Amino acid sequence: MTVASCPACVAIPEERIAKIAADQGRKLAFAMPDVHCAGCIGTVEKGAMGLDGVKSARLNLTLKRLYVDADPELSEQIIDQLASVGHVALPLDSDTLQSGSDPAGRKLLLRLGVAFFAMMNVMLLSISVWAGAEGETRNFLHWISAFIALPTVAFAAVPFFTSGWAALRHAKLNMDVPISLAILLATALSLFETWVGGAEAYFDAALSLTFFLLLGRYLNHRTRMAARSAALELAALEVKTALLKGAETKAVPIADLKQGDIVLVQPGMAVPVDGTVVSGTSDLNKSLLTGETLPEAVAPGASVYSGTLNLTGPLEIEITGDTNDTVLRQITELVSLAEAAKSRYTGLAERAAAIYAPVVHLVAFAGFVGWYLATGDIRHSLNIAVAVLIITCPCALGLAVPAVMTATVSRLFQAGVLVKDGTAIERLAEVQAVVFDKTGTLTKGEAELELQTDRDRLSLAAGLAAASAHPLSKAVVLAARERGVQPAEVSGISEVAGKGIAGVLKGQPIRLGRAEWLGTEAETGRGVQSWLQLGDAPAVPLFFTDPPRSDAAQTVADLKNTGLPVSMLSGDRAEVAEPLAKKLGIATVAASVLPEAKLRIIEAQGDKTLMVGDGLNDAAAMSGAFVSIAPASAIDATRATADLILLGNNLTEIPRAIRLARQARARVLENFSIAAIYNLVAIPLALLGYASPLAAAIAMSSSSILVSLNALRLLRSKT
Amino acid sequence: MTALLYLLPISLVLGGVGLFAFFWTIKADQYDDAKGNAMRILSDEYDDHPKED
Repeated sequence: MTVASCPACVAIPEERIAKIAADQGRKLAFAMPDVHCAGCIGTVEKGAMGLDGVKSARLNLTLKRLYVDADPELSEQIIDQLASVGHVALPLDSDTLQSGSDPAGRKLLLRLGVAFFAMMNVMLLSISVWAGAEGETRNFLHWISAFIALPTVAFAAVPFFTSGWAALRHAKLNMDVPISLAILLATALSLFETWVGGAEAYFDAALSLTFFLLLGRYLNHRTRMAARSAALELAALEVKTALLKGAETKAVPIADLKQGDIVLVQPGMAVPVDGTVVSGTSDLNKSLLTGETLPEAVAPGASVYSGTLNLTGPLEIEITGDTNDTVLRQITELVSLAEAAKSRYTGLAERAAAIYAPVVHLVAFAGFVGWYLATGDIRHSLNIAVAVLIITCPCALGLAVPAVMTATVSRLFQAGVLVKDGTAIERLAEVQAVVFDKTGTLTKGEAELELQTDRDRLSLAAGLAAASAHPLSKAVVLAARERGVQPAEVSGISEVAGKGIAGVLKGQPIRLGRAEWLGTEAETGRGVQSWLQLGDAPAVPLFFTDPPRSDAAQTVADLKNTGLPVSMLSGDRAEVAEPLAKKLGIATVAASVLPEAKLRIIEAQGDKTLMVGDGLNDAAAMSGAFVSIAPASAIDATRATADLILLGNNLTEIPRAIRLARQARARVLENFSIAAIYNLVAIPLALLGYASPLAAAIAMSSSSILVSLNALRLLRSKT
Repeated sequence: MTALLYLLPISLVLGGVGLFAFFWTIKADQYDDAKGNAMRILSDEYDDHPKED
């Protein structure tokens, strides 16, 4: 160290840097879905603080997220501790979550504050001018206004300038071009008027324009950030580690795995990566990939895909890396093809802006030319042009559309619907048909034992099944408990992965499992089944169904009442799909459809289709559909393509969301009409030279407030 | 009109104080959890104890 003269000076900052770095590494985040009140805040924070090694704990009620400053190894203990005080905590991957702060939003808020301060002060000065200040006094007031307005415009209106300039550079017109022009012209002209001691200055108008449009922009930003952070949280909830096999088996992040690594997948765990089985046999639930409810048996040599669930036996999987033919790869290609084929949706505001921007420029320019030809007075003609630009302020577009969208998005969020895409609400309002996926969307995606199963048979099966974690076994045990059947006393139970369970009942061997294992043949046309054999007696079957979600029928009926035809697409077999469709009242069914065929069907429909799905096999169809919804239980890739996500997995929110979207669209159109009527009255006045600067500013502000209040009505409306 | 000479600077300074208070609230993360802050005032716990006699 060369700077030895004052070691302390050097040492302190370094220590501090190290401390900051350590602190950042130690922030743990947990999702706390059930906190809602002041009491919860106290319980949770005190609960977490009660642990040794926890430095601080802070609950964010808006995000329902707990931040804890502690060693990552304490994570499990914290969850247990919170459970003991009655709260569910789910660990969040802090890498996925990134930092909670939002620098862009903060900057917008700063600009908004500055614009508001300047607007109010200049407005006050303008009122004095308007009330009759003259000569020196008026000039003095104008100079103070200029002194406040110039730095404000230079700071607060920057977002409009950059966006408008970016559009102009690409030889395009967007809404920010007339906005920037109005702000700049109004400021420049007012400065000139002040300089020469003129009567009229537009500083107040330039500032209120800046303020109201910034408000719209901020609302827009807040909405987008809220959706983004909720989507990030969903992703962060997923465990991104795999058990890497080596000298000692340990959990490593999935991102650190490489080709040739061997990972261990225990029963009940999701397969983390694509690969080949090197040892072990098991059953895989592939319903998220294919929509098929029947588990598939795998043995060494079989290819397995991430997103499937390992059911019965431990598997060792070698990562094969980029093979060309994986299901995921095919689907990803389909998704990008579908997205490329789909024409980009232009939002209402964008469509209106495309008409609005040129019209405003033409009218202002015509006013300038007209007055110049008539009077030859450049200064007055410019004043007229500026008045027109200010008075036509695109508040209905710049403020009213974001206000309506913010209100709608927050209503939907409260109901457990996450809106991921900005134009999704507008598209949802235009939907003409609804298509559902079957497995996991309309149904629970879990097996349930058929009701008419023989009670003795159930008792025997339950005796065996109690020892197994296979979903069919669990379904048997659950059915026995629900129907009050006492499980038989079976001893010496052993599970043969991928085949079934064997045991001994009163000296007789008893087996429950696949038909082939018991030397018989599966009954075709009956869907998922398991066979039971006692002693030498012939094997008897147990049948399973995939029951619909409790709210599926109501949702379908509700959608039909709204006037939307409902149909179903399923990767499952027709004999499973058709009875279910009939039960739910869906007339149109396509069964055994591959992902590609799903996309074809959606594209061929021509109508504006809403696709609801959860599996990877739905992803392509969903990206090809006009708008798409996925339940939160959906696979990663599918959630990524979906425009809306049902956080509560509650299907009845779909018809409600559609109704709310229609209301929002109506409100936006209403706001456009308000703005149009206002412009029809105000533009002629401005052109004729009757709009004083203060009148223009007040008229513009009041129209802004009017459209915002109209948008806020959405928060109170019933659906 | 001389009153303006006092009143204008005073109003500007007061407004400026408000503006800087707003800057401070932004810097101090006071808009990150509006709902939680609204609830916290109902809590009986003190973040910071007043001096006990």
